[in-house]
Amino acid sequence: MRDWLQPHRIILALIGVALVLWCATQMRWDWLPKYAPMMAEGIWRTVWLLVLSSLLGMALAIPLGLAQAAGPWVLAAPARAFCTVIRGTPLLLQIWLLYYGLGSLFPQFPWIRESDLWPILRQAWPYALLALTLSFAGYEGEVMRGAFRSVPRGQLEAARAMGMPRLKILTRIWLPQAVRNVLPTLGGETVLQMKATPLVATITVVEIYAVSSRVRQDTFIIYEPLLLLAVVYMALAGLIVLLFRWIERTGPQTRPAGR
Amino acid sequence: METLSLLSLSPPGWGATLLAGLWNSILIAVGAFGMGLVLGTLGAWGKIHGGPVTRDLLALYTTVVRAVPELILILILYFGVTDLVNQLLLALGHDRIQISGIAAGITVLGVVQGAYATEVLRGALLSVPQGQVEAARAMGMPPFLMARRIIFPAMLGLAMPGLANLWLIATKDTALLAVVGFAELTFATRQAAGTTKAFFTFFLAAGAIYLIITLLSTWAFHRIEGWARRGEPRNAG
Repeated sequence: MRDWLQPHRIILALIGVALVLWCATQMRWDWLPKYAPMMAEGIWRTVWLLVLSSLLGMALAIPLGLAQAAGPWVLAAPARAFCTVIRGTPLLLQIWLLYYGLGSLFPQFPWIRESDLWPILRQAWPYALLALTLSFAGYEGEVMRGAFRSVPRGQLEAARAMGMPRLKILTRIWLPQAVRNVLPTLGGETVLQMKATPLVATITVVEIYAVSSRVRQDTFIIYEPLLLLAVVYMALAGLIVLLFRWIERTGPQTRPAGR
Repeated sequence: METLSLLSLSPPGWGATLLAGLWNSILIAVGAFGMGLVLGTLGAWGKIHGGPVTRDLLALYTTVVRAVPELILILILYFGVTDLVNQLLLALGHDRIQISGIAAGITVLGVVQGAYATEVLRGALLSVPQGQVEAARAMGMPPFLMARRIIFPAMLGLAMPGLANLWLIATKDTALLAVVGFAELTFATRQAAGTTKAFFTFFLAAGAIYLIITLLSTWAFHRIEGWARRGEPRNAG
């Protein structure tokens, strides 16, 4: 609290408040009530995409990291190739490849068009979710590779000496320590993943960014929706940072020695 | 596979369009990376040596840029910068101008890169041993010579991994300019794919181009890092 009461910070804060007040009074916000329900829906869709793609991506990243850190080369090589390709190409390109590419391929097969999945596959969000998930898996696979390697060998040897089955070593000893070691990195990566979500608006998924573009097109107001959008994303980023700080605080605080 | 002929360079093929897009992408990536380095150097210097107000403002800059999606920053800066320049020109009694896509792209991505570069370079600057700086000063070295001979070589090896990462981000972020309709590689690809309906051919070809850029850059940065770290003792880890 004392940090915030230095004279220059108070002046900066006052300037900030004045700026916010100026924005609130001098800019046009009359469109807000009309579009508020749509924006709430958009935020919900963004959060939903972010949470689902991060969880699914993480579920893929663990085997990818494990294969690279300890797997035989038959598994390690494809895992490494997958991570390199995902990390080496722009996400926007991946999204468009999946949406336009697969989207143009599927209708050619009658059995897909007649299947029960077709009403879902005809929409845009499955492709958005798939692209975001694969992207997260690619980046996190690389993070998890380092994480699995960072767990001290002695821990695994001790577990083996106690006669633990291999799956139990993974779930009880190896994975928890690996994840705990890279929690700060994962927090940062989740913020990056959040920053990637507006890209799916380019394939007609109506999340918060798409809503704000719609406002821009409908009302020809340029800055106000964009500023509000920036504030929304900053709030989301803040929430993610707080969430990860909370996760880091639960559980043992000590780090393994020698790191 | 008959769609492969669509990639040829002469007109029925779209190869030339893709290459023109690639050239634009590379131009913007290089420009943005360079601008990011300049902003990052200033930012890092300001964060370490600046007064309290400079430091707080820089903290605000790096925090906001790293929390808001690039796409939105691009739109805000794209509209904002164009608007600002035009109002300035009008106020000075000139006509409105159309800012070229390349200039706008470089500016926008450069501002984003600057925020990340600030943090990378600050970390590297801080890890230059204080004794070396003091020794240089004790020898009566002028500040510029000291920066060139002592600080820069010592921080280069440490900054290299971070800078390599930034360069890769810069090359991939150029794709975002496709959303504002700038004719770089991804936009050209989408145009070509949309017209010919050969989606897989073009998107995979563009992906391969990006991948080649990434792999070549990774290799090059690795070489540079090895060169920058020559003579450093190997750590056990």
